[in-house]
Amino acid sequence: MKKSVLFLLLIISGGLLLSSFQENENLYGYSIGDEATDFKLKNVDGTMVSLSNYKEAKGFIVIFTCNTCPYAVASEDRIIALDQEFKEKGFPVIAINPNNPEVQPADTFQKMQEKAKEKKFTFPYLYDESHSLYKTYGAAKTPHVYLLQKEQGKYRVKYIGAIDDNVRNANAVKERFLANAVNELLQGKEVSVKETKAIGCSVKV
Amino acid sequence: MGWVVFLIFKVMKILCTLLLAMSLLWSCNQGKKRESVTAEVSKEPIAQVPSYDFPQLESAYFSPDTGKVVVLNFWATWCKPCVKELPAFEELHRKYADSGVEVVLVSLDFPEKLERQVLPFIEKNNLESKVVLLDDPNANDWIPKVSESWSGAIPATVFIKGDKKHFYEQSFTFEALEEELKKIL
Repeated sequence: MKKSVLFLLLIISGGLLLSSFQENENLYGYSIGDEATDFKLKNVDGTMVSLSNYKEAKGFIVIFTCNTCPYAVASEDRIIALDQEFKEKGFPVIAINPNNPEVQPADTFQKMQEKAKEKKFTFPYLYDESHSLYKTYGAAKTPHVYLLQKEQGKYRVKYIGAIDDNVRNANAVKERFLANAVNELLQGKEVSVKETKAIGCSVKV
Repeated sequence: MGWVVFLIFKVMKILCTLLLAMSLLWSCNQGKKRESVTAEVSKEPIAQVPSYDFPQLESAYFSPDTGKVVVLNFWATWCKPCVKELPAFEELHRKYADSGVEVVLVSLDFPEKLERQVLPFIEKNNLESKVVLLDDPNANDWIPKVSESWSGAIPATVFIKGDKKHFYEQSFTFEALEEELKKIL
């Protein structure tokens, strides 16, 4: 009897230890294959948006971006084009502004609304009021892309990084990393280029 | 044969320096002589900022001579935390330039902004450290060559001495810079 209690305690403490390890991993953000968390954030139209709202979606193009960063601004038209290209195919764009307007005054919710209106964003542009989701995901900069695919009700990270190989100049792009990754998922293939790097503005919190 | 080329390079370098000094003197005198055109004269960029692609930057700074340390700071005029920490790098430059430490401010401003944004910024802030423009769009190739751990966010700084390379994706105070420098010295 005593032995079995001890054994049970051992299993419980082992489980606790494992779960604390997993928490630690999250501090450094997601890696390829990790399960991404859902969220509930305020959109520029005033509604609250969660991944779970999109019953039909096969996955999501989650982009941490902002109003101000020149690299984010240079990417705006490409983000709109990506949404138009992939929303119908089941991979809508979800844009999230992680910046704290106290640090970056041009990144207020109101300025986000103005940006979305001016650029006619076709996708939700969400405000991470708690400035915490970027940490969970591990986004270090804007723009920073996470491509998620729905698998048995979970959101699996399939690609992390840049939109393409030339942030500055859309006309000089040779490789569309993100679009290629979405197309591979749509064809039921494994993503071939899973992680890429690009210059961006550090997240301002 | 090699030394002839070397000599030519040396002479060219001296000539260039002289020419620059003369033009500086000239523009200063012009300013004094004709107060009314001062504004016009000061528009001419005095600062020199070479434009490199990554292989050029790499060969120029990534294998410093024995005993020397290169401190590369990746920044841009539009990057607030970068601009905020520039005085710390300037102080590092002033204090350690004579001890074989070269501070290089690698601007990631868009190349078309060089004349109108970067050069005026350098003059306005009287930057004394070397400034170069990294004009290489294929960041996915060169970011990991600076450091595998770099996400691509700026500011970022790398200390290089011999085979040693210490990379930091963070902002620095002068004290923190000095501490890291002592670690690699």
